[in-house]
Amino acid sequence: MTDTPVLSVRNLVVEIQTRHAVLRPVDNVSFDIARGEILGVVGESGAGKSMTGNAVIGLLDRPAQIVSGEVYLNGRRIDTLSPSDMRKIRGTGIGMVFQDPLTSLNPLLTVGEQLIETMREHLPISQSEARERAVKALEEVGIPGARERIDSYPHAFSGGMRQRVVIALALCAEPSLVIADEPTTALDVSVQAQIITLLRRLCRDRGTAVMLVTHDMGVIAETADKVAVMYAGRTAELGPVREVLTRPRHPYTEGLMGSAPLASLGQTRLRQIPGNMPRLGALPQGCAFHPRCNRAQTACRRDLGPTLAADEGRAACWFPVGATETAKDIA
Amino acid sequence: MSTKPAMVSVRNLTRRFDVSKPWLNRVVERLPKSILTAVSDVSFDIPAKETYALVGESGSGKSTIGKMMVGLLTPTDGSVTIGGVDLSRETSAKAMDAARERIQMVFQDPYASLNPRWRVRNIITEPVAARGGDTTGLAERLLEQVGLSAEDADKYPHEFSGGQRQRLCIARALSSNPRFIVCDEPTSALDVSVQAQVLNLMSDLKTDLGLTFLFISHDLTVVRHMADRIGVLYLGRLVEEAAPDALFTTPRHPYTKMLLEAAPKLDGFGRETEPPTGEIPDPINPPKGCAYHPRCPLAQDRCRSERPVLRSVGESRSACHFAEKLVAD
Amino acid sequence: MSRFTSAWQSDFAWKFRRSPVAIVSFLVLMTLVLGAVFAPLVAPYDPFDPGSLNLMNGFTPPMEPNMFSGEVFWLGTDDQGRDVFSTILFGMRISLFVGFAAVLFAMLLGVTLGLLAGYLGGWTETIIMRAADVQLTFPAILVAMLIFGIAKGITPVEYRDQMAIWVLIIAIGLSDWVQFARVVRGATLVEKNKEYVQAARLIGRSKGAIMLRHILPNVMSPVLVIATISLALAIIAEATLSFLGVGAPPTQPSLGTLIRIGQGFLFSGEWWILFFPAVTLLMLALSVNLLGDWLRDALNPRLK
Repeated sequence: MTDTPVLSVRNLVVEIQTRHAVLRPVDNVSFDIARGEILGVVGESGAGKSMTGNAVIGLLDRPAQIVSGEVYLNGRRIDTLSPSDMRKIRGTGIGMVFQDPLTSLNPLLTVGEQLIETMREHLPISQSEARERAVKALEEVGIPGARERIDSYPHAFSGGMRQRVVIALALCAEPSLVIADEPTTALDVSVQAQIITLLRRLCRDRGTAVMLVTHDMGVIAETADKVAVMYAGRTAELGPVREVLTRPRHPYTEGLMGSAPLASLGQTRLRQIPGNMPRLGALPQGCAFHPRCNRAQTACRRDLGPTLAADEGRAACWFPVGATETAKDIA
Repeated sequence: MSTKPAMVSVRNLTRRFDVSKPWLNRVVERLPKSILTAVSDVSFDIPAKETYALVGESGSGKSTIGKMMVGLLTPTDGSVTIGGVDLSRETSAKAMDAARERIQMVFQDPYASLNPRWRVRNIITEPVAARGGDTTGLAERLLEQVGLSAEDADKYPHEFSGGQRQRLCIARALSSNPRFIVCDEPTSALDVSVQAQVLNLMSDLKTDLGLTFLFISHDLTVVRHMADRIGVLYLGRLVEEAAPDALFTTPRHPYTKMLLEAAPKLDGFGRETEPPTGEIPDPINPPKGCAYHPRCPLAQDRCRSERPVLRSVGESRSACHFAEKLVAD
Repeated sequence: MSRFTSAWQSDFAWKFRRSPVAIVSFLVLMTLVLGAVFAPLVAPYDPFDPGSLNLMNGFTPPMEPNMFSGEVFWLGTDDQGRDVFSTILFGMRISLFVGFAAVLFAMLLGVTLGLLAGYLGGWTETIIMRAADVQLTFPAILVAMLIFGIAKGITPVEYRDQMAIWVLIIAIGLSDWVQFARVVRGATLVEKNKEYVQAARLIGRSKGAIMLRHILPNVMSPVLVIATISLALAIIAEATLSFLGVGAPPTQPSLGTLIRIGQGFLFSGEWWILFFPAVTLLMLALSVNLLGDWLRDALNPRLK
């Protein structure tokens, strides 16, 4: 690609200093998101996917902190910015959509006031102009009767409608990147489908890059262009979504896809990955997945899996699935 | 309906909640009493050793039904009969207690369903200990049955992961030798890979112990895997009931059809479908007639005035005036 | 030993070691409590033994030899020649005993009523919580004085001094149960909807068993915090009552009684008779309070 990616993350490492040890919830993560592209970050709880999102937007709570690596937004390095510069970037450059729409809206301000305030802070427009645009923004996210409802407070909206408002708010300052952290987890299936469609349409129309953090493989399959599968803080697999989901190379991705009930249709038992994700304080030596992996060999118990760069390599695995037939025979 | 003898039988089950503001506020603000009908006229049977699943979105009343079936809530109307004992009308305390000993429940939140101050041993043997039963070696046996180790008996719940805690909940549910277990979203708080482990464990137990399950979930794919028969709930009403394959291939209610289409698919790369319209209505003032009519593409005048009854359509049961038309489409 | 080491390495102990305020408060409190408990061994004089009293020793200033006997008293003596240091030690005993006992009484009452109100709801809750509301509209000290007055009225004169301490405990305890009840009720409302309580109901556990065995252990941490802060308040309440002359009798002087006695001499120059008991009371209340504040933060999972 000749364009600079909207978001570029290089070898990002986040550490938490605790009483007993130094934990690494994010370990050597690299990826790019191009204009108009949706990157799905998927993983189970504790995989470090939300922490990665928070690190990118500079919203890590102490004692978690970035200890190495770089984050570039449109070619400009942002992980070294001061908190106040970072706040500016969060308004104009990066929009955010979180799991719980209630916590991202101020309950004491009307929806309109919040939209107008955000827009005027970042765009040189007048009050009446901003109000017009706010109505338009609400109409765009599919809120019926936007002109009347703009003066309502967040609690007057249902869960799905609130998430629409949050999306309007995230997009109103026309950011080049949106980070959506489990945006549909709290919603019902029918509403989830609406929100996903909306998010995808808006971002495609505006060319916004999206980092979509979720645990739901189905959502990723339908929404994302690229997917990063995370396990115990590291990227296990990174690649185009169709490739990764239909022909997974990392045994963890394979297991994850296989354990979805749909994958075992007509069978009495689901395929399962044995064991649990290790706690960060008790990572096994070598590849963190090896105790649960049926392909594990001596190398896996000794060495960390290969580190994935943003643009090359697919699976952080010494013996990727389908690489050679011999690897399979050994397993 | 199934011809096998029913182990569990639910008839015209209805539950209303009074969600009015306090009396004084009502008088001052001149508000009427507001009554929320969480479950409205639901009937179904579960044959012995089968799994019946209830699916629905939030506000569908699925958890309320589950609580009424284990006796945590009393029905406003209708009845739950389990093993021949009508839970809300049985007068003999002995028969009632015997019936309740055979009913157990696995809850949704593995973090809230285990008392954090108790040791695992006491937690999982409580159903037996509370009735003065013999608990020697029981905890160890149960732990191994659910795939944990006997040494875990002296630990506290916080030492376990979400999936392991759900195994503990299952162990507790098994301790009193139940015949019927209600599982309320048992895996919705778990990760996919762990969910598979827990679902497999439950399938194994079902075959090994001959248990009857009521499985409550919002996830159609999980339900399809686990259930022998599925009931779909919308706004407290049973709108469709069918065997899993029939439900997925030939849905007989427009709501079921919408749910199936809206669920994200693992192979739905770049799928561009028109998302469903509207949201679940306010259960305090549900729409007249068929509760689904404001969102239904097939809605006619009749749907707005007359509430459809659940009737047999082929092998399924559906509460839609135009169930036959839907299949033809 | 291993138990001690593991306790020392727990998160709780770790937080304690990291808080200088907590450590200093704890040390001050322990010194005072130990001094009070072992007063008969520590105190240089027995202030209640009339035989050892020498009126000639009256009004000796601190650290100065008495003009008649040449005896030196660290903190001076009062009008009757009693050693102030010793009276403080013995006074603290009474203050602390009344404080602890009153808090224990308030805690038992408040926790029981709070559990019942929270778990049973309905009329039980309405009656208990309205009673609490009504009581909150009166200052606690007024309630205590009222109860004290009634109790005094109904006890025969010859038992009054004996009973005074117990009446004091009941009066302070009764004026203090409300906050326990409120907090426990709130926590119970949260806990009773958790699924582990439903699981217990499901297997047919009685209401009493659920409240005692399931809910009570899970609502105790806020109770401990309030108990600590209440202890400071109870000690002060006792001192106030005694200062007003409705508390501990002069035959069993508490810190409050000592302060009342001492204030009579403040303007005639014998400041130490008031000053030292007052400072002791201040240190006692402050250290308990600071410790309570720290405990609240340490036990609050949200501040971790």
